[in-house]
Amino acid sequence: MSNLLFDQPGPRARRRIRIATAVGAVAVLALLALAVRQFAAGGQLDADRWSPYATWPMWRYLLNGLWATALAAVVSAALAMAAGLALALGRLSRRGWVRVPAAAYVEVVRTIPALLLVYVVLFALPRYGLDLPLFWKLVVPLAISNAAAFAEIFRAGVLSVERGQGEAGLAVGLTQGQTMRLIVLPQAARRVLPSIVSQSVGLLKDTSLGFVVSYAELLYSGKVLATYNGLLIQTYIVVALIYLVVNASLSKLARTLDSRGTPGARRLRRRPARA
Amino acid sequence: MSALLDHLPEFWQGLVVTLQLTVASFAGAAVVGLVITAMRVSPVGVLRGIGTAYVETFQNLPLLVLLVLAVFGLPEIGLKADLLVTAMIVIALYEAAYIAEALRSGVNAVSAGQGEAARALGLTFGQSLRHVVLPQALRTVIQPVGNIFIALTMNTSLAAAVGVVDLTAAANRVNLMEAQPIPIFVGAGLAYALIAACAGFVTGRLERRLVVVR
Repeated sequence: MSNLLFDQPGPRARRRIRIATAVGAVAVLALLALAVRQFAAGGQLDADRWSPYATWPMWRYLLNGLWATALAAVVSAALAMAAGLALALGRLSRRGWVRVPAAAYVEVVRTIPALLLVYVVLFALPRYGLDLPLFWKLVVPLAISNAAAFAEIFRAGVLSVERGQGEAGLAVGLTQGQTMRLIVLPQAARRVLPSIVSQSVGLLKDTSLGFVVSYAELLYSGKVLATYNGLLIQTYIVVALIYLVVNASLSKLARTLDSRGTPGARRLRRRPARA
Repeated sequence: MSALLDHLPEFWQGLVVTLQLTVASFAGAAVVGLVITAMRVSPVGVLRGIGTAYVETFQNLPLLVLLVLAVFGLPEIGLKADLLVTAMIVIALYEAAYIAEALRSGVNAVSAGQGEAARALGLTFGQSLRHVVLPQALRTVIQPVGNIFIALTMNTSLAAAVGVVDLTAAANRVNLMEAQPIPIFVGAGLAYALIAACAGFVTGRLERRLVVVR
């Protein structure tokens, strides 16, 4: 923890810290008690409203939803990363006719909400005879919008590799393409790994747009379940907890990768994942 | 093109709602984020724990799950509020986690001597945070907070998925009536891009004005 703002506490400071600890603990407990009272008053804590979530068929259904979420996330991450790498290299190119469109794509798509893209694929494309299967109606807009984010991550990675590395590659007679592929990209990839993982957490959160597309991922499965058994608040809380566990594990992985780092490498400023 | 011009009032209404959501949630997120940051750098272990738990929870839950839980779930336990207000509060709480994280990195970037000097002068924790550390921290995080503002603008569109008629929902409605997707969705996209461009311009100006050269 940072000791920027406090020294080793003396007797008076220790007393104040004890008071603040007590106040903080009481505030949290009061908030919890209030929540429990609200839940109990609505009869939402009754055992029969929660016991369904201790049964296997319920979990099998939700885990199927989680599997669909993972599938959508992995496929759109793969597409977005491939497109992002191409866009990053395009934006770093010396040729204007490659650089300008790549930069324009990144700057424009960065400022368009993913939901708007989902609506375009959902309601606009069928009018022009392009009616994609449900899975792709979710994956395509997510890949389009996340490609811009991945492009910026890769570009930052390539730019963080010391100039001398590329120059050395050219000096030993490699072509531009070989230098990029054999010297610069492998080093850049290692440095951007933590950012890639946290951006993937953002992408996994974006797959909850399946709720709008009615693709049976985790959140939409929860919606169907809630309409079916009427346990609305319980279902969504369970769904939220599943998201929390999965994403927190991935974020932990990103932090571990980040703290391990690459020896001797200039550290990249990690971009926090955006939903 | 006429589809866009005929329905200008609807679009305008949607844009106003989007702007309301953006401004109100950002203000809320800034206040909550500041409080969470203060808790995370405080000498009190319990408060640090609460701050960390808050950031971890809200950064790892999809915003849409929170919106659905608040809009459809809270009335079940007897908490009813206006739809727009609910969306504002949820988005503010969600983005506060990101603002808190950005601010904390700003606080960590302030050199330790500043805090030591403040204490040597006899300032308390709150005073040194308010007068010495935060003013410097805020200047280093203008760019990241500007990016969070743009992301927040994009995220307000998720309120459309739970029934708020913002710009995205307005575009969708007009398209269902007129069936001319290209001008309608391009128009809506341009409006979002314009908001983001304004935000980028403002943060650029602020940064040039305020940044501390070390």
